[in-house]
Amino acid sequence: MWPLVPYTRASQDGEVTAPLVIDREGVDALIGELINRGYEVVGPTVRGQTILYDTITSTGDLPVGIRDRQEAGTYRLEKRDDDALFGYVVGPQSWKQFLTPPGTVFWKGLRTEDGFETVAPEEPPKYAFFGARPCDVAAMKIQDDVYLPIEDGLYTSRRKRSFTVAVNCTEPASTCFCASMGTGPDVNEGYDIALTEVLSGGQHYFLAEAGSDEGTDVLAALAARDARDEEVVKARRLVVHAADQMGRKLETDGLKDLLYANLENPYWAEIGERCLSCTNCTMVCPTCFCSTVEDRQALDGSSAERVRTWDSCFTLDFSYIHGGAVRSSAGARYRQWLTHKLASWQDQFDSIGCVGCGRCIAWCPVGIDITKEVAAIRERDIRLVSVGTPIVKEAASE
Amino acid sequence: MHPVPCRVHSVVRELEDTFTLELDPPGDGWEFAPGQFTMLYAFGIGEVPISISGDPSDSSRIVQTIRAVGPVTDALTAVSPGDFVGVRGPYGTSWPTGSAEGRDLLIITGGIGLAPLRPAILEVLDHRDRYDNITLLYGARSPGELLFAEELQEWRGRFDLEVLITVDRGDQVWRGPVGVVTSLIGRASFDPESAVAFVCGPEIMMRFTIQELLSRGFTDDRLHISMERNMKCGIGLCGHCQLGPFFVCKDGPIFRCSEMGDTCWTREV
Repeated sequence: MWPLVPYTRASQDGEVTAPLVIDREGVDALIGELINRGYEVVGPTVRGQTILYDTITSTGDLPVGIRDRQEAGTYRLEKRDDDALFGYVVGPQSWKQFLTPPGTVFWKGLRTEDGFETVAPEEPPKYAFFGARPCDVAAMKIQDDVYLPIEDGLYTSRRKRSFTVAVNCTEPASTCFCASMGTGPDVNEGYDIALTEVLSGGQHYFLAEAGSDEGTDVLAALAARDARDEEVVKARRLVVHAADQMGRKLETDGLKDLLYANLENPYWAEIGERCLSCTNCTMVCPTCFCSTVEDRQALDGSSAERVRTWDSCFTLDFSYIHGGAVRSSAGARYRQWLTHKLASWQDQFDSIGCVGCGRCIAWCPVGIDITKEVAAIRERDIRLVSVGTPIVKEAASE
Repeated sequence: MHPVPCRVHSVVRELEDTFTLELDPPGDGWEFAPGQFTMLYAFGIGEVPISISGDPSDSSRIVQTIRAVGPVTDALTAVSPGDFVGVRGPYGTSWPTGSAEGRDLLIITGGIGLAPLRPAILEVLDHRDRYDNITLLYGARSPGELLFAEELQEWRGRFDLEVLITVDRGDQVWRGPVGVVTSLIGRASFDPESAVAFVCGPEIMMRFTIQELLSRGFTDDRLHISMERNMKCGIGLCGHCQLGPFFVCKDGPIFRCSEMGDTCWTREV
């Protein structure tokens, strides 16, 4: 938590920048400046009763005056009684839609006299991710740890050339639990510009802060003025308030040991009876990175291509080896997903693979809630509750 | 991430459904460590992980033994000399042959599991004086399904290598043991206090083998196994091969049992 007094933030490059204030026109100018700099600006926009990320050219493309109401298994858009530009949180998509788009061509192959040759795909556009929430900025950093060390030829250039305009959260959804994951509701690093929208007492302004040299340059091109102390305090207070409002919490203390020790907990089978293995949670998760490749061939056999697409540990095929799938039950597949995210991720990448965005809760068709399932495992911890006691028996027979 | 085309030098049919491909390596040579694998690509059809079965001291060929069990392995085994297949790799960890120097080495395998162990066998035989007793225990379904049968005959004729073979079902001329490969362990000569074991086969076979060796005084830091999981990338990116905290493609496929921990043996993990 930051102090409730105005202060200046140091950018990632060490330079200290004072918070600026812009209005809606200033936000339009910001989008315009990014377009001028050659970015394809992608941001939230309403598509079919849902907020999805798409190309935007002005604030008119944003879901102005819209809020989202989210609960386990529920996502609804409603009208607000104000003109907030960012009065909602996260929809089903995350920025992995652009950083590892499903259906990306890895390479094309052409038959030649010496077998074949492979050709790398064309460079994608440079993206400006506009309106990235702190949880999603944290998710991008988590995916960096997966992809950047491996040079897959696709991710690095997309990521390194991207520009991030983060938006601090002031009104969390009931499915949000970023505060307990330490990833929000304010953005700490990994952004070029951070905005905080303030809408109260007839005022409507945006606190704009640079997080990189390029962010500083972009802000310098706008007609922005230095923020007054009370404007900064008001903005900070809204974000602090958001942390207090968060409806959900995931206890991370001793999480890895808890989950590793509970692989044989009969409760997984109980979750497996509810889980439809639909893969929604993995598709909407901003950190889930599992993928598969499809090899395609032209009808005449002269050319081929390899396409990468998202995969999910909830499918039977995912763990198939000759003879059968390793994880044949839904409970084992849920266990793999949750244990990977919260426990083995820590062994693999030294971080937890969950940022608390709550998407998997809202988009689960049967409303399975990761925070509740972790709490249930904690309650039924087989290190403390021996198998055969009523609580475990009850769980196994439910 | 791009497969490199390699010319098929020869194709040998080992068994009904199992073939060994010899490929001309790209560039000047080819180096790998015993137990490693490559991702082999059939143009336009797909890519699969295949263990390398060649001699590690021979850098002039890439040798891979493939069982045809699906569309990609069908295509890979249908090639003729002069055709091209794509190769990525070698990837993964290797059999720690050095850790067995000055000790007895026990190699226990079943079925096509002999293929990824062949490079290790060739390597230790190349430096035979560095090891004490070397024993190969091999199990196959039937006498007709013994992989590398001619080479097994040759190895069996050596005085410095003990080869014991069992089959699940004998035939009229089979005079050897019938039963699971673990039943051969009692007939091998090794010092359980210091010997090193390399094990590769179906997971259930490896489990029982480990149990048997541990009950005979082995410790799990001298037990090494080769794990199989679904793989799409071979470099720790696609997520398919996860086994507890490990990516089998880069943290394995060869694991020291003491480093795996119990979690890896949990059902359906």
